[in-house]
Amino acid sequence: MPELGDLYQEVILEHSKVPRNFRELAGADRHAEGYNPLCGDRFTVYLKMEGDIIRDVAFQGSGCAISKASASMMTQSVKGKTKEEAAAIFDRFHKLVTGRSPAPESQDLGKLSVFSGVSEYPVRVKCATLAWHTLRAALEEDQKTISTE
Amino acid sequence: MTTAAKSVSPAPSVSGTRRSFDVQNIRKEFPILHQLINGKPLVYLDNAATSQKPRAVIDAIRNYYERDNANIHRGVHTLSQRATDHYEAARETVRCFLNADRAGEIVFVRGTTEGINLVAQTFGRANVRAGDEVLIAALEHHSNIVPWQLLCQEKGAKLRVAPINDAGELILENLPSLITERTRIVAVAHISNALGTINPVRQIVEMAHARNVPVLIDGAQAVPHLAVDVRELDCDFYVFSGHKVYGPTGIGVLYGKSALLESMPPYQGGGDMISSVSFEKTTYNKVPHKFEAGTPDIAGVIGLGAALQFVQKLGLENIAAHEEELLERATSSVSAIPGVQLIGTARNKAGVLSFIMDGIHPHDIGTILDQNGIAIRTGHHCAQPIMDRFGIPATARASFGLYNTLEEIDALVAGIHRVREVFR
Repeated sequence: MPELGDLYQEVILEHSKVPRNFRELAGADRHAEGYNPLCGDRFTVYLKMEGDIIRDVAFQGSGCAISKASASMMTQSVKGKTKEEAAAIFDRFHKLVTGRSPAPESQDLGKLSVFSGVSEYPVRVKCATLAWHTLRAALEEDQKTISTE
Repeated sequence: MTTAAKSVSPAPSVSGTRRSFDVQNIRKEFPILHQLINGKPLVYLDNAATSQKPRAVIDAIRNYYERDNANIHRGVHTLSQRATDHYEAARETVRCFLNADRAGEIVFVRGTTEGINLVAQTFGRANVRAGDEVLIAALEHHSNIVPWQLLCQEKGAKLRVAPINDAGELILENLPSLITERTRIVAVAHISNALGTINPVRQIVEMAHARNVPVLIDGAQAVPHLAVDVRELDCDFYVFSGHKVYGPTGIGVLYGKSALLESMPPYQGGGDMISSVSFEKTTYNKVPHKFEAGTPDIAGVIGLGAALQFVQKLGLENIAAHEEELLERATSSVSAIPGVQLIGTARNKAGVLSFIMDGIHPHDIGTILDQNGIAIRTGHHCAQPIMDRFGIPATARASFGLYNTLEEIDALVAGIHRVREVFR
């Protein structure tokens, strides 16, 4: 039986109450909006790119504790990373929250491993990944821009 | 079986105050209720989404498949006759339940959604023209919004919305001005699924009829909680779903006044809805069969009949009084919890307690309550315009049924306190 504490870890609760990089990013290159119609969670992720590198990232919006904490910790983990690195982190994160990953410590997810408890709550996977899907959409918008130029 | 509700036991039940309504005995009729969820006794408070089924309903469906299963209305053999008899007997049960004039006014559909779509696509398409208006209320479920939107888009008609106040009550004074000479139909919920508001449908019908406008009532949330008399309401259409009134999913009812049903074109074509067919011309069957194309959900109809008999045996007045007691306890104790705000505070309410908590998303409330065995609904409840009206993305909603107890309300209250502890 899953324990509530596995889902609502102290770090997650703290980030949901005081989210980091929770603002509109001045001078953002691009942004994308993510919406989960099931629960009404809605986030905008802003990016400031420098070539392939995510120079700055921020988000705004509203959602449950899991989605908000996930967005907050995502911004910390992808800042300064390349697109490919960010995509790789999302891939590992997605495996973690859907319970398809080996022991989290071997996954090099750092602080993000606090989300391992989500795998016991399948209906909450969408909450944990909403900001990440939104980040990916924002990054893909970049590709589109490049391809049309 | 269900007569046990008449309280054979001399001792009053732990939570029941009326001896005529022994909730502990009634609970025995619902096999699903007696289980642990996450190690805690199940507290099922999601009745506005769907209700649990008494043994009488489960048995009726099983008996049908084990003894009587055959196609209806066209067999000469014994099983077909039996199946037809049970099917039509259920129609008579529904007629009696709604106090309709004739069984022919009872059309079986898949549920409230299909019933409303049927009326929009038949009555609506035949009567609504460009520039005409359809009037709904601001507290409708999506199923009483979208079918009318589709119709209005097709016809170039206008969907108008009667506003509600901050308590979630329809502003009745506004109605007469919203019902114009262009209004072709008024469609309104009897009870709001998201807020619990009971609409004054009798008065709405009167106002609409004063301008010769027919009224459809979405009764999905009403039939489990209060006695409905379509002749007393004088509504033109009344729709409800079986699964919210302790019957099976996939079956529902459209009541329509005979004259209206007869004047409406068919909804779907197929078997059973015809009198005769040639490639040149088809003559349609009489109502209600005109609207029941194809082999219907026979087992569902029989299960629905059993559900309505179950409810009638308990008595809707008794059920309403019991649920009123639950709602009172829930309203006073939940609203007393710091940081909790009720959404939907109409004076006339039934069975629903929608709430939000400061800084805590409904989704998190739902997960934590589920860990305590308590099933509630979180989200927009298929009523996004209501959420917009109150400026919130979602609510947590506890909704009550005839088998809920005061102890379960206390469990809900304790669960909400637990939510506050987790997020302290």
